[in-house]
Amino acid sequence: MVKIIANREIDVNEEGYLLNFKQWDKEVCLCIAEEQCIPMTEKHWEVVEYLQDKFQKEEPLSIRGIKKSGVINIKEFYSLFPGGPLKKSTLIAGIPKPKSCI
Amino acid sequence: MSETSVKEKSETKVKEMSKTKVKKMLFILSKGTIENAYAAFVMANGARMEGIESEIFFTFFGLEAIQKKKLEHLHVATVGNPALHMPTMLGGLPGVEALATKMMKKEMEKLDMPPIGEFIEILSDSGCKLWGCKLAIDMFHLERTDLIDELDGILTIGDFYGRANEEGTHLLFI
Repeated sequence: MVKIIANREIDVNEEGYLLNFKQWDKEVCLCIAEEQCIPMTEKHWEVVEYLQDKFQKEEPLSIRGIKKSGVINIKEFYSLFPGGPLKKSTLIAGIPKPKSCI
Repeated sequence: MSETSVKEKSETKVKEMSKTKVKKMLFILSKGTIENAYAAFVMANGARMEGIESEIFFTFFGLEAIQKKKLEHLHVATVGNPALHMPTMLGGLPGVEALATKMMKKEMEKLDMPPIGEFIEILSDSGCKLWGCKLAIDMFHLERTDLIDELDGILTIGDFYGRANEEGTHLLFI
């Protein structure tokens, strides 16, 4: 389906995840973050970059991976993206929702 | 005009996240086999990942998973476990249980499943509360120092029910 984000037509799935990463940019990112009530700080951007890097390398995301990432620890991750950190951060980063159970 | 209204309609269809009716998951881990510990840990961690509160109450043999000296030595039960499709007598031979456990751990590592100790760290950092059962701790003559540092406290079952006294809370016995 199509959703208007940052005055643009963006292809998203039924949960709001971007279907085409090429449509993502900082403006889109800020709009999604605002919708999720997440104020983007420098640390948020760092996490977004880390997630996108993993996505482009086709490496699966997991909470254990976050722990080992060196970018952020788990406690900070939960406080930056409250209410489902990996789910919310991937939504904001414009990449698919992780399928892993861990 | 009609095109815009279609778009608006599809926009409202986009599901909002973290609006689940399940608000809190309370797990009671009563068994000391590795597969049961992982079941509780995966579900408790999964709940946190979905924005749901989670807590684990360790009782009876479940206490093995929070004892510093024992937690990395949990085993899969090879006797009395028909799902392993192994003759019971074979399962009882020395070393068989250790071998089956080793194989299982290897498969779990492939799936990036953390070992028990690391999993406890992840759970604790994720805000999952970990509780010891007072009755079982007394029964096994355990000291606080025998138990993991991440433990949030030792509770009676009454205290634990008190933590369940919220709408949208579910209890699961493992």
